[in-house]
Amino acid sequence: MNSLIEKYPQDVQKILGKYPADQKRAAVMPLLYLAQRELGYVTRQALVDIASLLEISSTEVASIVGFYTLYHGEAGGKYRIQVCNDLPCALRGADDFLQKLCENLGIRVGETTADGLVTLEAVTCLAGCDRAPMFQVQTGDGLTYHENQTVESTLALVEQWKSEAEAARAAALAAEPADAPETLAGDMLTVEAGEQEEVLVTAEQGITRQPADKRIHIQELGGQ
Amino acid sequence: MEAELILLRHRQIPEIDKLEVYRKNGGWEAFRKVVTTMQPDAVTDVVKASGLRGRGGAGFPTGLKWSFTDKKVWPHYVVANADESEPGTFKDREIMESNPFQFLEGVAIAAYAVQAHAAYVYLRGEFWQIGAQLDDKIAELEAAGVLGDNLFGSSYSLRIYTHLGAGAYICGEETAMLESMGGLLGQPRLRPPFPPSFGLFGKPTVVNNVETLSNVPLIIDRGPEWFRKTGTEKSPGNKIFSLSGRVNKPGNYELPLGTTFRTLIYECGGGIPGEGKVKAIMPAGASSSLIVANDKALDTPMDYESVPAVGAQLGSASVIIIDDTVSIDWLIAKTVRFFQHESCGKCTPCREGTYWMKHITNRITQGQSGPEDLQLLYDVASQIKGKCLCALGDFSTEAVLTGLDRFRGDFEAKVNAAESRAADNRTADNRAAESLAVESRNH
Repeated sequence: MNSLIEKYPQDVQKILGKYPADQKRAAVMPLLYLAQRELGYVTRQALVDIASLLEISSTEVASIVGFYTLYHGEAGGKYRIQVCNDLPCALRGADDFLQKLCENLGIRVGETTADGLVTLEAVTCLAGCDRAPMFQVQTGDGLTYHENQTVESTLALVEQWKSEAEAARAAALAAEPADAPETLAGDMLTVEAGEQEEVLVTAEQGITRQPADKRIHIQELGGQ
Repeated sequence: MEAELILLRHRQIPEIDKLEVYRKNGGWEAFRKVVTTMQPDAVTDVVKASGLRGRGGAGFPTGLKWSFTDKKVWPHYVVANADESEPGTFKDREIMESNPFQFLEGVAIAAYAVQAHAAYVYLRGEFWQIGAQLDDKIAELEAAGVLGDNLFGSSYSLRIYTHLGAGAYICGEETAMLESMGGLLGQPRLRPPFPPSFGLFGKPTVVNNVETLSNVPLIIDRGPEWFRKTGTEKSPGNKIFSLSGRVNKPGNYELPLGTTFRTLIYECGGGIPGEGKVKAIMPAGASSSLIVANDKALDTPMDYESVPAVGAQLGSASVIIIDDTVSIDWLIAKTVRFFQHESCGKCTPCREGTYWMKHITNRITQGQSGPEDLQLLYDVASQIKGKCLCALGDFSTEAVLTGLDRFRGDFEAKVNAAESRAADNRTADNRAAESLAVESRNH
């Protein structure tokens, strides 16, 4: 069964309805955004699902994921902070801003914090040149702009996400039946289907320390 | 009295982003007028007569472009280019955020002129929120009977759809955009054929920039003579200048074409911060040649004809101001990094050339180069220029070549300092680049 159609029947129909019936392939980009909604990245199963829906090969779908920067083939932080440090932003201090963010978050550009919450990325122009330093935040749900930023305002935002994540975790725990297995308390990482064995590790071990080719995928209890 | 704005009208008419306010100010009357009283070709003729030129960068006459649409092949499409990705450009975003109905009405009129029944707005993926807002506006228009089937009692029907890109500068190039919309990699096509004969889904297609289309409703409403009252004879109308870099008040400024750089920088932008002096101007974003900011340049009118006289193009009018605290070798390392990242990989001179330019410019900025690297950089850039499938490759060389030509001192200071530190501190990387350049010279 096609899990995309199962999960989002109306969205899929709406997307397909935008394009001529003989040009279904045009729907690949919006469908990839849909596939990314839940986990923030496109799973291998989603590639197969989109391919079968559009009658193209999953390799062709994967090539689209690889070509564009806003699709991700692997898990990252729940929030991707994407700082523009192109020329106009750099003239307004974006390089310095980015470096200080790295120092404060304790990660380098391209890495994810150990709690799996934030991935920090340097990106090209976001059309916010007059309000630098600025960045966008990408989640599975979409993108938001944050302009005229300071290191302090950005760290405050991260703190806010942290407390939201804490609250969500507490709520999930409270909703959990009393006899739930102990290991299911908290975030976990599972090696994605396709690998033979299923390995469970706790999120505290940190996503960035996992080998990249393991295709780890975050399973957040309590959902979005 | 403050001049009337014709594009950034939200700055003078509060809440023009609400349908009833837009309609109260004459909104959607131009579209009603064309659908109920004008032949499609007559609409194109009015736009031709206005002298409107494309605001996305190339400055091509808009009406002429519409008239090229192949009438032997159907259906036709209109695609609004809302991929705004040039570093230094942030004008289309403001129009769509704050004056969205005027833009959508422009899309609708263009669609009627070429008898398209479907129009797409291709937004860069980063404009996710704007896309969602436009979807809401479009739904509102359909509910109001302004978009949809049998409009205003005629047989004409039109749907407008948004389509989000996903982070690729190259998709602002119109044929790459059409490929991307078709569900393929966003890579430019070999041309001809051009989009008016072979466009979206292989059908005749008009592709226009957001700002271009936003001019159209008022041109229809008030007539081409009215439009020609501002701007210059060959570049009529107002233009939004996105001002960024080292100025006190960066932002969008809507001014008649032909306004001087001096007015933009000092009267609108409040001049340069602190004791700084303007050193260089990039009038077309990161794709721009570097203009030496002397008095002649500052007094140059910003229009499509005058800017080339000081050695650059107006492009999308994204004016980046460089002051004397900035070293040009650092600047071109930034622009080259951008183009290397955004090169789509389809043609070799751009894919390989931007890669090598990135390495050489990094080396120069980090003080690891001798004087010979300047010639090497010049050679690599010259091997790219004029040899690529689309303009991106050429764009990557503009700041490099004009930087080396016009601001040589900045580079010499860097390489001479490095040379005196360690004459033979050469990396394997450097030698490889040299042999590549020798190889390509021998071909």
